Amino acid sequence: MKAKGKAHTFGDDVNTDEIIPARFLNTTDAKELASHCMEGIDSRFAQRVKSGDVIVAGKNFGCGSSREHAPFSIKSAGVSCVIAASFARIFYRNSINIGLPILESRQASKDIRQGDLLNIDFKKGEIINVTRNKRYVAQKFPEFMEKIISSGGLLQMVKKEYL
Amino acid sequence: MGYTITEKILAAHTGKRSVVPGEFISAKLDLCLGNDITAPLAIKAFEEIGAKKVFDKTKIALIPDHFTPNKDLKSANQCKILSEFAHRHDIKFYFEVGRMGIEHALLPELGIVLPGDLVIGADSHTCTYGALGAFSTGVGSTDLAAAFATGRCWFRVPESMKFVYKGRLPKWTSGKDLILYTIGKIGVDGALYKAMEFGGYAIRTLDVDSRFSMCNMAIEAGAKSGIIEPDDITIEYIRERWKKAYAKSNRRKYTIYKSDGDARYAEVHEYDISRLEPQVSTPHLPSNSKDVGRLSKVAIDQVVIGSCTNGRLSDLEIAARVLKGKKVNSRVRTIVIPATQNIYIDALKLGYLEIFLDAGAIVSTPTCGPCLGGHMGILGAGEVAIATTNRNFKGRMGDLTSEVYLSNPAVAAASAIKGRIAHPAEVTA
Repeated sequence: MKAKGKAHTFGDDVNTDEIIPARFLNTTDAKELASHCMEGIDSRFAQRVKSGDVIVAGKNFGCGSSREHAPFSIKSAGVSCVIAASFARIFYRNSINIGLPILESRQASKDIRQGDLLNIDFKKGEIINVTRNKRYVAQKFPEFMEKIISSGGLLQMVKKEYL
Repeated sequence: MGYTITEKILAAHTGKRSVVPGEFISAKLDLCLGNDITAPLAIKAFEEIGAKKVFDKTKIALIPDHFTPNKDLKSANQCKILSEFAHRHDIKFYFEVGRMGIEHALLPELGIVLPGDLVIGADSHTCTYGALGAFSTGVGSTDLAAAFATGRCWFRVPESMKFVYKGRLPKWTSGKDLILYTIGKIGVDGALYKAMEFGGYAIRTLDVDSRFSMCNMAIEAGAKSGIIEPDDITIEYIRERWKKAYAKSNRRKYTIYKSDGDARYAEVHEYDISRLEPQVSTPHLPSNSKDVGRLSKVAIDQVVIGSCTNGRLSDLEIAARVLKGKKVNSRVRTIVIPATQNIYIDALKLGYLEIFLDAGAIVSTPTCGPCLGGHMGILGAGEVAIATTNRNFKGRMGDLTSEVYLSNPAVAAASAIKGRIAHPAEVTA
């Protein structure tokens, strides 16, 4: 799987209230959640973001609440991948479970600037910064998580194994 | 080689003799819970994969507490999804408005969570139950959907961090101050992916309500869980539950686990807290904790006393003690929210509610409401609140330019009287 898009950069400790403020949690509708994506930190993000674009952030991305609406709104907004120096744990497992691609790379998080064009190869865990002619390798997923990812998310895996 | 309480609980639920940090396991659950925000997504997913039956109708809790009593039409329809699912599957622990409470106060109160249990909840503050010596952690809605179907959840066994609190907790401080102080020391990702184990003299002498406040906020340091070894205080708390008519029927066996003397910890932190001042976390991170005395110039518009962190009876008791015979500052809105219906009734009988009302505060039915900027006390542009809640992120309680300071209930009550952040000693004899 590959992705190509422009980077939208954010700082450290981006929390779930910033990704999708709680007042929008009275729905599970993908389109509606997408239209408020990142509204707590950048009110124009949902209008600006194009399909395939990439969110690049600092440490502890997605801290705070367990709301799966957060990765879901990002995925529904067309974002192809979130790259961060590190992820908060519930956001991390939610992303794996619902199939929002995430990559952990301190170097990429530090280097990439707003608007940089990125080429991502998920299989290799490779991020190419086309704008700056640089290459970063993301941390590999543990085998267990690879299995969830390759099954197409947790529910597909559960369906195969239990139902 | 020794193991931590966390490793022992996880091993016991995996059918293994031992587990080690970093290992991936699929563990059996004693309870899984969802609320009116997270459960509708889980129910949708559960039905989408074609699951017909829940794994065990007595091990699922569905609690409409966030936007209830239904704040608007959309919330009403979300809650309807919950109640219809609960009735269709005959879910034992579904609680309607009127019997309902904030989930993390309600479940322990009813004796539904016990020591040694393994609990997941689609709510980040599920880590609260560690206060009873259970392993409990927040997950997402997809995890919850999978748990509804299978009764299991996957975990990466966390490394443990030990926190030892030495000394006697000073007057006007509580578990809330210990945890705000700790998060201030290690930061909002200081315990990322790890289990925080709290111990030491100050913890051993801490009441259960304060232990709940501490474990509740482990997530604010990025932790997977917070946990306190059960002791006589824990056992007494459970015995008290079973005396209550509303909890009697939930009586069952439980297991006490303790960490071995030679258990391994990723880090050990020791704090002498004998001179700890009440702590207040300034906007916009829980890790910005400071001594209350340094913030006496901060004027406030609103006070919130409640939430899964500090809406329990002893929280209301200390707030009532501070507010008794006093008036709330004329510029300030003070909102008191008992965390459960039973706490509400107890506070009523003990006269606390009358003290709040006489002081010019309001008392709401249980709800998470203002904590997450849902309803019942939203902040306008530039407004400032001091709250006994757990998060002070930008815009958390309302407008993006509003601010939230976090504190214990005594500080919040004193601040309500003064109209600015105040030490309880300023308003009491």
